[in-house]
Amino acid sequence: MSRALKNRLRATALWFATFLLMIVISVPGLWVVLSGFRPNREILAKPPVWIPEKLTLNNFAKIFGFGQDQVAIPVLEYFRNSLVIATTSTLIALIIGMAGGYAFARFRFRFKNTWFLGLMLFRTVPGIALSLPVFMLWSRLGIIDTKLGLIIVYVSLNVPFTIWLIDGFFRQIPGSLSEAAQVDGCTRWQAFWRIEFPLARSGIAAAGVFAFLTSWNEFALASQLTRSTDSKTLPVGLMDFTAQFTIDWAGMSAMAFIIIVPALILTFIVQKHLIAGLTFGGVKG
Amino acid sequence: MAGIKLENVTKAYGKLEVVHGIDLEIAHNEFVVLVGPSGCGKSTTLRMIAGLEEITGGVVRIGDRVVNELPPRKRNISMVFQNYALYPHMNVRDNLGFGLKIAGHTAAVIEERVAEAADILGLSELLDRIPAELSGGQRQRVAMGRAIVRHPDAFLFDEPLSNLDAKLRVQMRAEIKKLHAKVATTVVYVTHDQVEAMTLADRIVVMKDGYIEQIGTPMDVFNHPVSTFVASFIGSPPMNLIPATISDGTVRFTDGTALPVPNRLKDLVREGQEVVFGIRADDITPIGHGIHEARETTEIELEVDLAELLGSETLIYSRLAGQEVQCKMFDPRDLTPGERLTFRLSLDKAHIFDAASLQSVRAH
Repeated sequence: MSRALKNRLRATALWFATFLLMIVISVPGLWVVLSGFRPNREILAKPPVWIPEKLTLNNFAKIFGFGQDQVAIPVLEYFRNSLVIATTSTLIALIIGMAGGYAFARFRFRFKNTWFLGLMLFRTVPGIALSLPVFMLWSRLGIIDTKLGLIIVYVSLNVPFTIWLIDGFFRQIPGSLSEAAQVDGCTRWQAFWRIEFPLARSGIAAAGVFAFLTSWNEFALASQLTRSTDSKTLPVGLMDFTAQFTIDWAGMSAMAFIIIVPALILTFIVQKHLIAGLTFGGVKG
Repeated sequence: MAGIKLENVTKAYGKLEVVHGIDLEIAHNEFVVLVGPSGCGKSTTLRMIAGLEEITGGVVRIGDRVVNELPPRKRNISMVFQNYALYPHMNVRDNLGFGLKIAGHTAAVIEERVAEAADILGLSELLDRIPAELSGGQRQRVAMGRAIVRHPDAFLFDEPLSNLDAKLRVQMRAEIKKLHAKVATTVVYVTHDQVEAMTLADRIVVMKDGYIEQIGTPMDVFNHPVSTFVASFIGSPPMNLIPATISDGTVRFTDGTALPVPNRLKDLVREGQEVVFGIRADDITPIGHGIHEARETTEIELEVDLAELLGSETLIYSRLAGQEVQCKMFDPRDLTPGERLTFRLSLDKAHIFDAASLQSVRAH
């Protein structure tokens, strides 16, 4: 067998294995998305109907309150809550993460390593373990069932991660770039925004996406800390579809689709940054 | 355009003082090289002039302005960094024009000045490339271009050639010299390479452990080192330094070999003084293989341990009083290890340092 053929066979085999793996990973997601577009009857059919006979938007019409059979679930409110909470907490986590990451990467201060280790250890605590204390604290403070309450929780969940990730990116940028910019006439602040920030942009974007997805998808804490349409997020809202004796799989899938889509779109938009390996050719190569 | 003046400048990190009260006056358009081994405080001194390090004590002036409290951007200096510090996300044109843009110059002015700098440095073809697409020497030139476009009062160079390979380093060294001739400006240049210091400087400042050891023209520092440190740091190969005692008007080595005390130093040494005798390889040459007519010479017989052929000359390793000494043979012939040769030693080029202070006896 020639070498070229061998290589080709290997490549094909690898491609096939990857394809199989991707199917395993994607099928549940695909199932949910498909189920969002078909009637409950077909979802529950035995044997399962793999290829939908007919796609329908009825489920969406239903949960948004159009059409004949309406489901009284305030999806729009939930969507708005999720968007507000995830966006705000991500922005705050990014601002703190940039400030913190920059400080850890550039400055020397007392207990620096201890601080850093502390932040990382904080990450290791499962959020749900804190749900009871947080619940009690929040109820005393009167921020149970508010967006603010959840935003604070998500910011503190995300900050250690954003600091860690952004620190790594700033660390890769030689300090002399900022110094060169300062000699070139920049204030430290200008040097940051014109030189260091653009170079760390992919890292910051990545941190932002992860923070957003964490907040967007989080269920456990949100289910404890929210009660009403004032603050309930989409994942918590999903539970509205489970009644005592029935589960509206079709409606739930339709809503799951609504949760998945923005996350997917966002990931696609910043994909370039996530992958972008900015080459640091400005310093010795 | 301006000179730079340091008065009793110190730098301390917490309790650790690394630069101990430096005084240095650099004239307008002068090319001054700070040279010394790593950790001698030369880069720290440069960074204090740039404003990248706070000045712990003393005064730094650029022109007539005291700049101690001024941030780098207000000092009107430019700096070339060891790693070039080019902005990786900008092309060469934007790298060069960045400082001008920050200063708020119009696009036309920026365009013109960038073109001028690119022309001087031969970068005109490369303006649209990003730093990652440039070779080491090209990056080096962009870094210099970025320094000259702003027409600063002074250029600061922080070991700019140390990342280049040997050949390119020699080439860029010459370019820096030419650049200084074209763009006359005050230059402070830091290096640990004494050859760079010798070839580039109007004046050399030799630093050691946070002190200035000697300031002088390259020839001055080479011919009249004030201490054994300068003697061994400047010049290649380093000056031979051999411990000896002044005895009966001779320099007597530990093995009993004696050389006459050079005439010009006779009144500066005293009987019984412990000294270090210094002589450069160029000034111990086998008879008939020297370069210059020395006025005052003596002869000494040494054994060849090893001969390194360098082409136009041969470096001979030998021993004197148990110390390795290096000698030079110009217009060389083949040598065999173990061969004994009579050398002519140019006493008028010899140095005597006090063994306790390691300072030249001439310095007192």
